[in-house]
Amino acid sequence: MARTMFDRIWEQHTVLVRPDGATLLHVGRHLVHDGSRAGFRALAERGMTLRHPARTFGTPDHYVSTKSHELAAIPEPNRREMVSALAENAAAQGFTLFGLGDVRQGIVHVIGPEQGITLPGILMVCGDSHTATHGALGALAFGIGASEVSHVLATQTLWQSRKPRAMRVTVDGVLGAGVTAKDVILAIIARIGAGGGSGHVIEYAGSIFRAMSMEGRMTVCNMSIEAGARAGMVAPDETTFAYLKGRPFAPQGEAWERAVAAWRELPSDADAVFDREVWLDAAEIVPMATWGTSPEDAAPVTGAIPDPAAAPDAERRDAIVRALAYMGLEPGMRMEAIAIDRVFIGSCTNSRIEDLRAAAAVARGRRAVVPAMVVPGSGLVKRQAEAEGLDQVFLAAGFEWREPGCSMCVGMNGDLVAPGERCASTSNRNFVGRQGRGARTHLVSPAMAVAAAVHGRLADVRLMKEIG
Amino acid sequence: MRKFETVEAVAAPMDMANADTDQIIPARFLWRARAEGYGGLLFNDVRSAADGSQKADFVLNRVENAKAEILVADRNFGCGSSREHAVWALSDAGFKVVIAPSFGDIFFNNSFKNGFLPIVLPEARCAEIRAALARNPGARMVVDLEAQEVRGPLGVNDGFGIDAFEIDPFRKELLLAGMDDISFTLSQQGAIGDFEARYEDAMPWV
Repeated sequence: MARTMFDRIWEQHTVLVRPDGATLLHVGRHLVHDGSRAGFRALAERGMTLRHPARTFGTPDHYVSTKSHELAAIPEPNRREMVSALAENAAAQGFTLFGLGDVRQGIVHVIGPEQGITLPGILMVCGDSHTATHGALGALAFGIGASEVSHVLATQTLWQSRKPRAMRVTVDGVLGAGVTAKDVILAIIARIGAGGGSGHVIEYAGSIFRAMSMEGRMTVCNMSIEAGARAGMVAPDETTFAYLKGRPFAPQGEAWERAVAAWRELPSDADAVFDREVWLDAAEIVPMATWGTSPEDAAPVTGAIPDPAAAPDAERRDAIVRALAYMGLEPGMRMEAIAIDRVFIGSCTNSRIEDLRAAAAVARGRRAVVPAMVVPGSGLVKRQAEAEGLDQVFLAAGFEWREPGCSMCVGMNGDLVAPGERCASTSNRNFVGRQGRGARTHLVSPAMAVAAAVHGRLADVRLMKEIG
Repeated sequence: MRKFETVEAVAAPMDMANADTDQIIPARFLWRARAEGYGGLLFNDVRSAADGSQKADFVLNRVENAKAEILVADRNFGCGSSREHAVWALSDAGFKVVIAPSFGDIFFNNSFKNGFLPIVLPEARCAEIRAALARNPGARMVVDLEAQEVRGPLGVNDGFGIDAFEIDPFRKELLLAGMDDISFTLSQQGAIGDFEARYEDAMPWV
């Protein structure tokens, strides 16, 4: 029978299936971070130890200061303790840690691919919903909760009550100038809804993903969870292999050749059947921004805020009314008329070197008129950006240049948007209170974030000419 | 973990699609230890103003819902972040069941690990039950896991009724026994060891 890539990885990781259908899956590689403390505590309470230290990798990201990577720079003892607990657990359990002060430290979903920890064809999990990111390399990767983290630590396995369904999102054509991976995924979520992928694993297919860089694929897969999907994935190809070759935790030498041969067998069969199919035309996708409090509330930057009176049903109408009240916006208002108070460039969605290059290309020779900051996704991204002079471009344009971490995407380290403040953000969630109590988030691409910073409002980056 | 027994309790309706885990429990509270309890922080920023005063119109602040153990919600409940604290907050606040048309996958999985039951009923039924609860504030409903039924208050029709629900057998077994899955997994060491040997042979590069 024809099979999808998802079917293959699922089967290759199935340890056992109970008569009632519950399936025990082996975890190829497991990522942990400073928010994983509860999982380690549960392990300790059972008097158990880590089953596979060599398959476990950690880095602190959620609670770290972006002003300095001295542990003492984390002002509150409770937050500092989350970071130090990870280091203590790494020492006690013997797994690889990219800790504070290590140039390889960074956002867990940035360093996984960067270090070659993420590999095609493996099941990968992490106690963070944006684990879907790693599907960009052809892994089956999804987020789990604290109890599941402790289960994986103890057994290197995970129970799945039922196999998710398979969904394919195909985007064919060619993306227009100034249209990025972020715009693609926002357009997909706007189409299928924040729950549109619920219970499914999405495979992204079509010419634009084949043409897309690895980092663009990561941005797309990262936000699969914002469409409610269990995971998102892209079939591995030459782009994937070229990206991975030579990375520290990727196979080397003869093992590399063997691995690539196996990875070439992963893509879905041509006649594989998906439970659901969605098609988008690349030519119709333009730079996007969100106007509401769910990632599905996304619209072309050239468009207008919807009128609740035109909503298809009462429930949607109420949701729009509630979202606009929180966001302090009016129906029918032009997206480009939305004034911005602050700009954040970073997060596991958009903090990689290509994101920073795209942002710097717009920032070069211009000046932010609102507070703006750039938080690179890892120490290595930061070092690369500095080698290319991007930090100087941002600093000259009035942006702050910070140390790597999750930062203002979720604000757990204290990098918060003030109540009522409106932030153009390259992160992944515009939920009520996500960036801080009363904070108003507009999700955009890195280039669009810079456009917002220099105009003090949402602006179509396609209308901006490159300067010098 | 406690055994999941039949719940007969006040049910509270919440008309809000996409109730994400950032709203259920804001990120700034997540460093707290599990033992400290999260009940008082459930929907913190939705139920209270910035000065800490409680919003009278928020459904969980209404006097009739003070002892609610069942929440009847809207689609995509618990979407967003993987934080298990969302389940802890509901559970610590006394809730044992959430009924909704659909759930965020990770929230759904996390629920069972805490003896907490998420029930999927059709969207139209959830809307009817929420409307019935709005007309009958403080109404007590029954959730019978053994029989896989949600029942309205005895003798009251008005949009309530008897709704059958599905649950995966393994999860039902664990909930009724008050067990988590790790003990069962540990009993499968042989199969796990055999699998690992095969896996390392097939994919030595992992």
